[in-house]
Amino acid sequence: MINLEFIINTLSLGSLYAMLALGLVIIYGILRLVNFAYGELIMMGGYTLYLLAGFSPLPWLVVAVLAVLAAMFTSLFTELVAFRPVREKSLTAMLITSFAVSTLLQNAALLIISPRARAVVLPQIFQTSVMIAGTSVPWRNILTIVTCIVMLTLLTVLLRRTVLGIALRAAADNFRMTRMLGVPANTVISAAFAISGIMAGIVSIFWIARSSTVTPTLGAPPLLVAFVATVIGGMRSLTGAVVGGFIYAIIISLLGIFLPPNLLEFREAFMFVFVIIILLFRPQGLISSKTAVERVG
Amino acid sequence: MNIIARLKPFNTPLTLAVGTLLVAVLTAVLGIPLLTRIVTVMFVSIILVLGLQLYMGNSGILSFAHAGFMGIGAYTSVLLSMTPAAKELTNSNLYPFLIPLHLPFLPSLLIGALMAAFIAAVVGFPLMRLSDAAAVITTFALLVIINVVMVHWDRVTNGPRTLFGVDNYTHLWTALIFCVLTIFAVYFFKESRVGLRLRATRDDAYAAASIGINMVVMRWLAFIASAFIAGVGGGLWAHFITSFTPYSFYLTETFVILAMLVIGGPYSVSGAVIGTLVVTAAREVLRAIENQVNILQIFPEGFFGFTEVVLSIVLIVILIYRPTGILGGQEIRWPPRLRGGTPADTNISTERISGGKQNV
Repeated sequence: MINLEFIINTLSLGSLYAMLALGLVIIYGILRLVNFAYGELIMMGGYTLYLLAGFSPLPWLVVAVLAVLAAMFTSLFTELVAFRPVREKSLTAMLITSFAVSTLLQNAALLIISPRARAVVLPQIFQTSVMIAGTSVPWRNILTIVTCIVMLTLLTVLLRRTVLGIALRAAADNFRMTRMLGVPANTVISAAFAISGIMAGIVSIFWIARSSTVTPTLGAPPLLVAFVATVIGGMRSLTGAVVGGFIYAIIISLLGIFLPPNLLEFREAFMFVFVIIILLFRPQGLISSKTAVERVG
Repeated sequence: MNIIARLKPFNTPLTLAVGTLLVAVLTAVLGIPLLTRIVTVMFVSIILVLGLQLYMGNSGILSFAHAGFMGIGAYTSVLLSMTPAAKELTNSNLYPFLIPLHLPFLPSLLIGALMAAFIAAVVGFPLMRLSDAAAVITTFALLVIINVVMVHWDRVTNGPRTLFGVDNYTHLWTALIFCVLTIFAVYFFKESRVGLRLRATRDDAYAAASIGINMVVMRWLAFIASAFIAGVGGGLWAHFITSFTPYSFYLTETFVILAMLVIGGPYSVSGAVIGTLVVTAAREVLRAIENQVNILQIFPEGFFGFTEVVLSIVLIVILIYRPTGILGGQEIRWPPRLRGGTPADTNISTERISGGKQNV
């Protein structure tokens, strides 16, 4: 059962989940905010795809870029309007805000577009396959893996080689100290939200390539995946997020093979039990960062 | 004089109880069926919001699992109170041993609430060690787990399909009685030794630990009590609505309960009551607008989500400008005082509420 097809499928799923988790963790690392509205950024990307691919003459690649930009600007906008004013108040306030933003965006889509699912026009490449070593591999899986490698490389360069990247990493380590050293908080946080939005936008393309439709509640499943993946990998480490994404894909694929069908529908419940166990016994995740104080008593 | 002096500690819950009683009497006098429905649901909502307030307000920890416990209470009580014939009609796949079980309403409600409290006690204890984001993710995980189990365990819950045929036992006065009982219970929990200690851990976890308060145990007790109240609320709700699915106890319900609590003010019992009142009124007005627009067919795709959009904007605005809610942590008293001697609660700096260190 574990053949080339399985490996490529799992790798592609892992790439998707790794990018998902990265977008969530980059904000968590700095603000300690679990952004519930993250899934809705993916939804925004999805609706941009639907509107532009269906009703505009633009070439598909331009549409894809615009979808990523739409998710990024939504992310920046929510930060500016909702998260920035409550940032200094309390973590609980920020968490409730993100929950409210999530509900707001979801229902805005419901109100403005439609509660019904919308079919998204996708280019041919997402439906065709290629033969590799005797197995048929869908192009979208290869594209997902390639995009993930490109994004990880770009992000690594950004974080290691640029001033902004160094500021981002310093802020994730000790935000107060970073601010004292003259790094403007708003710039760093906006940058984190922008990266998070870009990740969500890219994920939205591949997520929609799997289902070909977009609904107002599209954001919930990827959000749950991102939660589990980040917890597995360690909430404060970017490497951990990537590792967590791949581990999640491996576990979920293996469960799909080995779990009896009547238990398979409880797969999600098993994953969340796993999350609780990790948070209790290894709250720093598999890849720990230096500072992680989540547990008392 | 003596009686009044003796009643003094009961001032807040009595005032709130009299307030709810007046609302109920007014509703009964007017006798409009729609209004009676709205007020009955509002009393049940007050119970649910108070349940969350008991845990969140006193411990300062956000909990997402509340709607899940509401669901456990609802399903358990309903499976006990329904007649065997109705059970077979609604779910032919039900476990055979569940079919002959048939109890009156009150024992069913109580067992449902006890079931919610029991599950909270078992899974809750290890979770109480977690603070901040980890606590939020674990309770969120708990909500997802409860929902997945409810959706897929169709031999108990009828799966994602609607469970119907529940007898309508919850009326205006039943809801009112439970609502008043809950107001007293939650208020006295807040003022009790456990409540006081829990609030100490909320304001400063380290200082509280240094005077020998066991934060984990205090949080655990509150979590169990909170789940019990959620179970009562869920049972009452189920016996009012009479047909529902597991999705009635998921993110939408969580959002509404949370919005009611935060808008009213999570740090006082009165805040929970007032928040429910205000949000219920606002939701009904907004929903009336939504329905009217749908009837007029102004939009071809229908006009849905308007209520939630407005509610979430209000919630965000409240969090930005008045994070302690409408009441700002104050309790209502009779006669009303205008900014007199402020109770200790209003002095909490909001930065400390999350209980942990904040690095922003």
